[in-house]
Amino acid sequence: MSEKISGAQSLVQALETAGAEVIFGIPGGAILPAYDPLFDSKVRHILVRHEQGAGHAAEGYAAATGKVGVCMATSGPGATNLVTPIADAYMDSIPMVAVTGQVPSASIGSDAFQEADIRGITMPITKHNFLVTDAAEIPRRIAEAFHIASTGRPGPVLVDISKDALQASTTFQWPATLDLPGYRPVTRPHSKQVREAARLILEARRPVLYVGGGVIRARAAAELHVLAELTGIPVVTTLMARGAFPDSHPLHLGMPGMHGTVAAVGALQKSDLLITLGARFDDRVTGKLSSFAPDAKVIHADIDPAEISKNRTADVPIVGDCREVIADLIVAIKAELDAGGSFDYAGWWRQLDQLRSTYPLGYDTPAGGEVAPQYVIERIGAIVGPDAIYCAGVGQHQMWAAQFVRYEKPNSWINSGGLGTMGFAVPAAMGAKVGRPDTTVWAIDGDGCFQMTNQELATCALNDIPIKVAVINNGSLGMVRQWQTLFYDSRYSNTDLHSRRIPDFVKLADAYGCVGLRCDSAADVDATIDKAMAVDDRPVVVDFVVHQDAMVWPMVAAGTSNDDIMVARDLAPVWDREE
Amino acid sequence: MSRHTLSVLVEDQPGVLARIAGLFSRRSFNIESLAVGPTEHVGVSRITIVVSVEGNPLEQVTKQLNKLVNVIKIVELEPGQSVQREIMLVKVRADAETRSHVLETVQLFRAKVVDVSIDAVTVEATGNAEKLEALLRVLEPFGIRELVQSGMVALGRGGRSITDRSLRSLDKTTA
Repeated sequence: MSEKISGAQSLVQALETAGAEVIFGIPGGAILPAYDPLFDSKVRHILVRHEQGAGHAAEGYAAATGKVGVCMATSGPGATNLVTPIADAYMDSIPMVAVTGQVPSASIGSDAFQEADIRGITMPITKHNFLVTDAAEIPRRIAEAFHIASTGRPGPVLVDISKDALQASTTFQWPATLDLPGYRPVTRPHSKQVREAARLILEARRPVLYVGGGVIRARAAAELHVLAELTGIPVVTTLMARGAFPDSHPLHLGMPGMHGTVAAVGALQKSDLLITLGARFDDRVTGKLSSFAPDAKVIHADIDPAEISKNRTADVPIVGDCREVIADLIVAIKAELDAGGSFDYAGWWRQLDQLRSTYPLGYDTPAGGEVAPQYVIERIGAIVGPDAIYCAGVGQHQMWAAQFVRYEKPNSWINSGGLGTMGFAVPAAMGAKVGRPDTTVWAIDGDGCFQMTNQELATCALNDIPIKVAVINNGSLGMVRQWQTLFYDSRYSNTDLHSRRIPDFVKLADAYGCVGLRCDSAADVDATIDKAMAVDDRPVVVDFVVHQDAMVWPMVAAGTSNDDIMVARDLAPVWDREE
Repeated sequence: MSRHTLSVLVEDQPGVLARIAGLFSRRSFNIESLAVGPTEHVGVSRITIVVSVEGNPLEQVTKQLNKLVNVIKIVELEPGQSVQREIMLVKVRADAETRSHVLETVQLFRAKVVDVSIDAVTVEATGNAEKLEALLRVLEPFGIRELVQSGMVALGRGGRSITDRSLRSLDKTTA
């Protein structure tokens, strides 16, 4: 007979057994019983300043390490503050377990103090969630939560535990097997579908490997590399897949989508076969769906059957784990080659090379000596190098960080893709740095985003989490301003943040126990980055004061066709119409 | 507009119905009828959903339903290959003068009277939607005071069971 312990002790023991190393959280009334045994646990608890920070930190930790990120909060507002990161993790398929305290079970449903129906609230934004009111259930639910979060298509799972369950006396019993009859993710691809895909690939004249974040989640970058080199098929990596294939590789055309390269967007539009791997035909990639890749057949491999044929009908659907799918595809293609098949993409590559050389990514240097934000980001990438982790918020700086940092490795680019959560960068960088303490972690942030979550600098400074933050400070909500410039007749309604004046980011950094630096001339950019890189005992915040009117190009305006991509304002590329 | 009947096997867990209803409402599918009840397996409930679909294909919703951890299996039942029944209780105005006419109608439809009072009878009828509609049309002239109708329940025709394969593993773990 195992010894009697409290539900709270059982919870902490369950988290330890599930393999949690770090929990980001804040205590409060309902979750308080759990914090007592946590005090003695080998699990490291990092006390954040806002629950949203805990959630994004758990996401950053998970994205950087591939392990399940864990966050903890109390009932009511503690739990509702986790809603944004939970939704974010759901959209970007991040394995995360959120543990929340709930009011005592007898009070549930009575509008008790700090009561919120967080299970109900998070139903549409979690992969699954539980309300536990019986202490005996705690270990099983934690085991199930970790299993569901990390297998199949990863995602967030919430475990809401009533205070009386945490206080009750129980025994710890870790389940030997999990009983989830409705949860059986398919990971092994169907061999007939894989052979059919291989046959289509051999037949295609203008194929493209359309690579999404699923390749990173499936740890399939090495297999992708083999497949690409075996076939010589051009690769595009979506915003979520940056780093899944080296930017330095000649087969790589860059990022497709609203702010993708002309070559990547053009390749999809002109393609006769999309080999879609762990991507989901998001509207930011397809533009107007009816005119997306009009001549292409579609092979769609995804671990989530609901993604297949959701937006674009698949000719060859393959349900399975991307790593297994790609490995099987390589075998099937080799068999086709042995049987006398061959590739001939010379004409296709001529067309793509022309697009690539005619329309490289670029930017204008602002007149009047102001710093180009793209230049700052490009220099950070060049000086810091591909071994670092780069986190971004949402907006112009995010797109420039996706465009101008050269990614060579998976899990080196962490951003909020699907939900587009401003304020993601600082806490995500904090989580990434905790997960990979020996790796340099830069948050490339905007001045708008930075002001949403910079309270976590205190957490970083106090807990020896020396992240580096580059605030790309154009004093405004830059992406919204860009849309106002382009689509609202330059009427800048409520986008000017005045953040070059207030707050003083250098003083703010100093107040938070971080090193604060400022750079407002192009000549000083390299030296400032070097100075930031030289600090390793504290977080660093660099206020890069940049040109306010810089815009993200190329751009496919929302709701328009990818064919109408603009390289710069009023400048459309000339497509090579000849085959 | 097309109408579909889905049979959904679910784990009998709190919140399952809310999860399922949420998926339908998010995609603006109208649930016409809903019936939930136990099955021959302990801990497994069967939900019969009749949904009318316009525009958006139903496939995306069934795929999303399948992703719910508590959903074990979903089968679409075709009207021709399944037995579909609803139950209706209807209180009809019936005094000494009209009662015999009402009872005659009830017999014609193989329905039965389950409650009688001086001025009304309550009729119980089962059948598919068409039959119940027809009964109502005939009873209407007498005066319908109140009626309640269940959601549709349905089973596929023939000897096979949708629970066979999907629940075998479940029985093993509970045995």
